[in-house]
Amino acid sequence: MKIYLYSRYERFWHWTQAFLILFLALTGFEIHGSYRFFGFENAVYLHNNAAWVLIVLIIFTIFWHFTTGEWRQYLPTTKNLKAQIDYYVTGIFRNAPHPTKKSLISKLNPMQRLVYLGLKILFIPVMVLSGLLYMFYRYPIHGRIESLGFDDLTTIAYIHTLGAYILLAFVLVHVYLITTGHTLTSNLKAMITGWEELDEEEPEQTKNDE
Amino acid sequence: MKNIATFFLTVILPVLIITVILRDASRDNTLLEDLREEFSIPHIPSVDHSKHAELQRDFDNPHEITATCLSCHTERGNEVIANAHWNWEREAYIEGRGVTYLGKKNLINNFCTGILSNEATCNRCHIGYGWSDDSFDHSNQNNIDCLICHDNSGLYDKARGGAGYPVPGLDLQTIVQQVGRPQKDNCGYCHFYGGGGNNVKHGDLENALLTASWEVDVHMSAENTHLECIDCHQTTNHQMLGRYYGVSSENTQRATCENCHTSLPHINNKLNEHTVKVACQTCHIPVYAKVNPTKMHWDWSTATDRLEGEPYEVLDTLGNLLYTSIKGDFHWRQNAVPDYVWFNGTADHHLISDIIGAEDSVIYINTLFGDAHDPDSRIHPVKIHTGKQPYDTEHRTIIQAKLWDAQEGTGALWIDLDWDEALQAGMDYVGMPFSGQYDFIDSKMFLLVNHMVSPADQALSCEDCHTRTGGRLQNIEGIYIPAQTTYAAIDYFGVFLLLFSFAGIVIHATMRYLAARKTKE
Repeated sequence: MKIYLYSRYERFWHWTQAFLILFLALTGFEIHGSYRFFGFENAVYLHNNAAWVLIVLIIFTIFWHFTTGEWRQYLPTTKNLKAQIDYYVTGIFRNAPHPTKKSLISKLNPMQRLVYLGLKILFIPVMVLSGLLYMFYRYPIHGRIESLGFDDLTTIAYIHTLGAYILLAFVLVHVYLITTGHTLTSNLKAMITGWEELDEEEPEQTKNDE
Repeated sequence: MKNIATFFLTVILPVLIITVILRDASRDNTLLEDLREEFSIPHIPSVDHSKHAELQRDFDNPHEITATCLSCHTERGNEVIANAHWNWEREAYIEGRGVTYLGKKNLINNFCTGILSNEATCNRCHIGYGWSDDSFDHSNQNNIDCLICHDNSGLYDKARGGAGYPVPGLDLQTIVQQVGRPQKDNCGYCHFYGGGGNNVKHGDLENALLTASWEVDVHMSAENTHLECIDCHQTTNHQMLGRYYGVSSENTQRATCENCHTSLPHINNKLNEHTVKVACQTCHIPVYAKVNPTKMHWDWSTATDRLEGEPYEVLDTLGNLLYTSIKGDFHWRQNAVPDYVWFNGTADHHLISDIIGAEDSVIYINTLFGDAHDPDSRIHPVKIHTGKQPYDTEHRTIIQAKLWDAQEGTGALWIDLDWDEALQAGMDYVGMPFSGQYDFIDSKMFLLVNHMVSPADQALSCEDCHTRTGGRLQNIEGIYIPAQTTYAAIDYFGVFLLLFSFAGIVIHATMRYLAARKTKE
């Protein structure tokens, strides 16, 4: 069974954001001094500009969420949450069916709802805010450098770095969990084409992934 | 597909372009062009002194010249005798000490250690005539040496050991007819040769500035800019801007880069923001002693050695003095990378009366105040001159040695080569007790590096500081320097989180694989 799950904008948003987050991580950890790749000056330039692009994308996507009502996808629920956790911990090894059925009005399972909501209202805002403060905790105006009252970068940079590690860990786990769909690649294909293949109604007939 | 293309062209592309344009909106750096234009106008003197009737005569002694100058410039004498160039001391408030009266007159250093008891030779570099001991009359305006600063003929010269008097036999009439605004070689006559030779003391002030290339000094370059010292060290009524923190203590009357270049000199605002915490000199003077070596270390403890009964000298292959019996051992350095310190424009000094603590293994000739959390502090480049100099092990004070005299047998170290006599004579002159017990103690002196600014393309680059290890500012504390500063707990946690996630994925995937195989069987 195939359904059209992800609209064009949603896919565009997803892949642009994915690329930007990876690019920001690549340039960001160079600014952090973890390695040398672009050169510090270039890394700062690229990181700052990629950040602006991401901010524009986020603004558009907030707009999209509200005009389409897609924001409701992220309303948290505890219904089926335990079942979903059980599925990842045990069910998946027994070839049990997915406990949550995907549909146009409910694309996300309860774990996804919680994690993505956390990203949207906590981690992304913290990264954007700390990033903006990183850029503007001091700024030139009227022939002087004004300050936002931060003595130096220490706190801002620590928060931004910590957030970066957490986001990177999210990406890592996320990339793994997309292989747990109907087939190994059905989730990936869905985010590319918009069409996702779902489990058949009778789970015992599920085609073996291997 | 068409819709995607339309969306990209109508929404995303304009947004990207606007974003990039806004971010890179730059202003032209017209400031530098304005400065170039301003300082390209040559100074045209309003007076030709060779036409003055008063100067068409011979002078029996230099005091007569001064009196003649003052007969027209009637108020200038008052200005000069109120000046630190004349008094060699200033009234200054120092945190922890209160109001002090300090200067070259009474401070010690770790080069020749101080002028006291050595005035006749040291004070060749005083703007006066006859300061050979503490009886010098600072109120007599006829003692002022106008010529050392105002001679434009290049013929004027002060005598060695002459307490500031000129070399006998100069053509004073020719000299006085060519007086004018101070030029590089007037200031350089003393300031290039501090510590007893060219570039010995400062490392960034030396006679190479007279013929400097653009690479050596963008301001004084003989190739294009041609600035004089007083263009930056602006002078009003003989009061000059500029501070040397070997003798100065207060954050006033400083000659600053910002005076001409403003505090936002860069087109790139990220660089401008650096000016809050980083002094211009830090990036724009990547090395000092660019042309000739400067002295980095002076060990007095080895002085007075003799070879077959005679004093001797050791030179390196470049002709730098490595050892001399009268002064001890030296270290030199050329193209030296500065050290970096926080500095807020105020300083303290080790006074000759200060007691050296029992646990002090090194004394700080001067202390530059400042730290990361002080809004007036910025990171400055410094030359740190280390020394080893005599101190009284009983009274635990630094000792002023008598170094020079015109004749033998007065205790002068450079003549008689006897430490006991030299220390006794020096302390007798200062009027401080000397126990007779002495040793040599390590000392450090901090000299700010301010001159010989390099062209912009040779300034430090981002990576010189923004690197995890080995950056220029690796010893600077209290400030977050991206790429250099890390908080180990965050990095450990982050790396742990990534490894933990990865391990979880590998275990989960393996179990899925095994379960799937089992199902298949």
